[in-house]
Amino acid sequence: MARYVGQRVKRTEDPRLIKGLAHYVDDIRLPDTLHVAFVRSIYAHARINGVDAGEALKAPGVVAIFTGKDVSEKIGPVPCASALPELKVPDHRVLATDKVYFVGHPIAAVVAADAYAARDAAELLMIDYEELPAVVNAEEAAQGGAVIHEQFGSNVAYKLTAGEGDIVAALASADRRIKQRIINQRLAPVAMEPRGVLARYLPGEQELTVWSSTQIPHLLRTQLALMIGIPENKLRVITPEVGGGFGSKLNVYAEEALLGWISMQLGRPAKWIETRRENMQATIHGRGQVGEIEIGCKADGTVTGLRYNVVADLGAYHQLLTPAIPTLTGLMLSGAYKIPAIQINVTGVFTNKMATDAYRGAGRPEATYVVERAIDLVAAELGLDPVAVRRRNFPAPEEFPFKTATGLFYDSGNYEGALAKALENAGYERLREEQRAAREQGRIVGIGVSTYVEICALGPSQAMPAGGWESATVRIEPTGTVTVLTGASPHGQGQETSFAQLAADELGVDMGDVTVVHGDTAIVQYGIGTFGSRATAVGGTAVFVAIEKLKEKASKIAAHMLGTDAVNVVFAEGVFSIKETKKAAAAAGDGKAADADSDEVPEPVVPVGEGPAGALPEPETEGRKKVSIQEVALAAHLARELPPDTEPGLSATYFFEPKNFTFPFGTHIAVVEIDRETGEVKFQRYVAVDDCGRVINPMLVDGQVQGGIVQSIGQALYEEVVYDEQGQLITGTLMDYAVPRAKMIPWFELDRTETPTDVNPLGVKGVGEAGTIGATPAIVNAVVDALSPFGVRHIDMPIRPEAVWRIINSSDE
Amino acid sequence: MIPAQFDYAAPATLDEALSLLAERPDDAKILAGGHSLIPAMKLRLAQPALLIDIGRVKDLSYIREEGGQIRIGAMTTHYQLESSERLREICPLLPECAASIGDVQVRNKGTIGGSLAHADPAADWPAAIISLRAELVAVSSRGERVIAADDFFVDMLTTALRPDEVLREIRINAPGGRTGQAYMKVHHPASGFAVVGVAVSLTLGADGKCSAAGVGITGVATKAYRAAQVEGALVGSTPDEQTTASAASHAADGVDANGDIYASADYRRHLAVVYARRAIAEAVAKIK
Repeated sequence: MARYVGQRVKRTEDPRLIKGLAHYVDDIRLPDTLHVAFVRSIYAHARINGVDAGEALKAPGVVAIFTGKDVSEKIGPVPCASALPELKVPDHRVLATDKVYFVGHPIAAVVAADAYAARDAAELLMIDYEELPAVVNAEEAAQGGAVIHEQFGSNVAYKLTAGEGDIVAALASADRRIKQRIINQRLAPVAMEPRGVLARYLPGEQELTVWSSTQIPHLLRTQLALMIGIPENKLRVITPEVGGGFGSKLNVYAEEALLGWISMQLGRPAKWIETRRENMQATIHGRGQVGEIEIGCKADGTVTGLRYNVVADLGAYHQLLTPAIPTLTGLMLSGAYKIPAIQINVTGVFTNKMATDAYRGAGRPEATYVVERAIDLVAAELGLDPVAVRRRNFPAPEEFPFKTATGLFYDSGNYEGALAKALENAGYERLREEQRAAREQGRIVGIGVSTYVEICALGPSQAMPAGGWESATVRIEPTGTVTVLTGASPHGQGQETSFAQLAADELGVDMGDVTVVHGDTAIVQYGIGTFGSRATAVGGTAVFVAIEKLKEKASKIAAHMLGTDAVNVVFAEGVFSIKETKKAAAAAGDGKAADADSDEVPEPVVPVGEGPAGALPEPETEGRKKVSIQEVALAAHLARELPPDTEPGLSATYFFEPKNFTFPFGTHIAVVEIDRETGEVKFQRYVAVDDCGRVINPMLVDGQVQGGIVQSIGQALYEEVVYDEQGQLITGTLMDYAVPRAKMIPWFELDRTETPTDVNPLGVKGVGEAGTIGATPAIVNAVVDALSPFGVRHIDMPIRPEAVWRIINSSDE
Repeated sequence: MIPAQFDYAAPATLDEALSLLAERPDDAKILAGGHSLIPAMKLRLAQPALLIDIGRVKDLSYIREEGGQIRIGAMTTHYQLESSERLREICPLLPECAASIGDVQVRNKGTIGGSLAHADPAADWPAAIISLRAELVAVSSRGERVIAADDFFVDMLTTALRPDEVLREIRINAPGGRTGQAYMKVHHPASGFAVVGVAVSLTLGADGKCSAAGVGITGVATKAYRAAQVEGALVGSTPDEQTTASAASHAADGVDANGDIYASADYRRHLAVVYARRAIAEAVAKIK
């Protein structure tokens, strides 16, 4: 029986975080460190006619200043890992050379003895700008006008059509066709800890260590090695504590390469800690899609086809995955429904803004928003209950694995199960009655439903730009403690806890004896990282299988120690024992307690401080029928008497390649009331039933769902990255960019169904993005439902009170 | 987020602070709780050459009753005002207004004097101070003077304080009789400042008619203002639902309202009217 898995085990990470004892990049202080400040463009689009660093170089404490001209031939371009047909890829240098393309575009790096001197000197740099017309509106940019990257002749980076089925026929066969313009506004990920880099080059050893707040230490190492031109085995990337990423640190940034290169040039450590203002300007944004839905349906609500024409606002350059994000949107356009024909037409467009890239959900929240809004549009058009339209189009549980017209195979699902539970928990029928009564009183109340599906556990390597597997090494040390090395380096998800739960149960040891190590490329085998709700489903599975391998070896050693064959040995709760024969079992049943060996398994480890210096005591196995796994570990390390052909030591490594994605799902229901006079939206209820397969730690799952819903509330009601017509960033600080606060958040009524997957042996699907994917449309659907008496079928996000007030105010009702 | 270089002085007495300020009135700034000035300095929007920290000056932090007035030291924190039992009895508008500012950390450090002297157009205190017809005591090495709340706020981030003056004390005539007060605010979702904030202090006579009314509004214009027409419509009338609504409809009359991505000028004016009505009704409802 599982002792830890499935339990609400408290996060072992938290005490050090709460006490302020954890180490983020900025907490790492090395002697002689230089500090870097960046001079960034104040214009969205300008030619640089000159950079005069004369005054700045004379400023106190300044050691060096590097401009685009100094480094463009020395450091390779910032990488883009997306390979799309005929994709235009601009040459993205780490510092601007002739032109700047967005506000915040780095132009020069000022290196000084301390952060103050660096910042002061940065103010003294004279940049001779010649302002150019800014391309801000993505739809207009696709049409023509000023061109950002002249070599391409237009601002269109790529066009892509995807989907299966005859969309034209499908729409033509529909009883009703509904079109709706729909916007997924630009968002800022706003991790609590901004980015930060510390680089230390040791000229003697010719080794470079880069500490970076990243989600992908190994992928970063590979890319930095290529950019800087240092052998990958001389480069070590360490991610200490990472204060959130939400996809924004699933990237390779110019600053990371520059800091490494600067340290190599100057032979001293160099540090840069991003300010919040830089974070808003020059860390990737998310979403940024302007599109049009066309959905066709039969009179009974059966969907015949869905088309989504979308302009994706890519920003000025491609970061790691920029062009690929809208392709994920295309993959998920079937939602939780059987839609025979689906088509997405993407136009990816350059604009004079920061790049968009993966932000929690990465393309899937956009898809879910499109589909869930479209289903509500069908319901409104036909005068049907939105729940009924959903049910009409669900695949049944027995139809899985279910193939979509976007080319995916959904692994497992019971959409009706999650929906029914959510409706029951919410008291849906009663809510509708209450809504009718409230409307009679002149109140504006709405109920919104979203039945989402997401794609997780990214993913099979065939579908990934840089490998989709994950790795783990598990070893039992001579004194019996367990070390788990995971390639899925976390940034707040709690893998130190959940992987320890898993390992402790599988090895039958105390959780306190398990340490999960991650985020250091010199210690941990190559891994991919934590993103795409993959860590547990892919990384956790690697841990699980590595343990299986380890136990297989341990079992052989145990058998040898017990003087029998491995086939006669069973493992349970941390102990290898000789299988009871029928005779012995019968004897035990007689109560003649076969207690010859009932003596407790001796304490396995060498007592701290008591061990004989230099020599570890060999486990006594003479005549015993059981040995603990810790004893086996010790024997494996002492290696005095091992079975033939057995390597000493007790560790196993496994690289797990998943055969498919997983497809978690669920139902979210939001109930809102709108202030008739001011248009303010207030939550009355929030009910969610999520199904992420098997659950390792319900508390971590709840936390992921809650955090995700909060970010959905942000997108639905508050957040938007706003650039003005000149491309100036209007929402450049947290005084302007509204991240939801605790008091803006309703009580979450969370529940789950559990439909395991067969894609991995753990049966887990992933939950890191569920809340961000499922909740946004539920909230918007609720607001639209509330405003439906005013003739409203759609409203754009973020739903600011003024827009709602204008609808109410301009209506005679 | 690193400020430009500055000199720093932490005088022990107010006289010392005033003489430092008198020496460099043009490039020195007084540091109180630092919750407006320090962020502005970190963004290099403010670059004072000398920062005079009056945090160590004794006896600038107090809430006293003297000569029929409530006297509040300029360095009194929002939290001290929020948690004052005595103020909840005699002038509940002050604790209510304080409680709506920022978060606990901000209220623990930020001061009423610092906020007033900074004169952010969306700050909360100016509305309360105007509605209460407070007097503000300014002091310099040349002496002391009293400025009426109506005259104190000149424009966005500009007050009637002269470059060598420090705001020392806020004086409020304790409301008597059957008085009700309320502060109601639309929080900006990012900054927490007032998109619109309306402070009301309203007194009823024995006949049930309004004998005195103070209505201060912040967030709408470049500076907080007195809604004189609202007050005029209230005084002498019985503040029932209809009168209240009709009075409140003047909340933004003649006001040049601000607009931004969150709320246009029209919407702000509308919110001022709605929140004025709600705040008046709330104040009336609180009268025992």
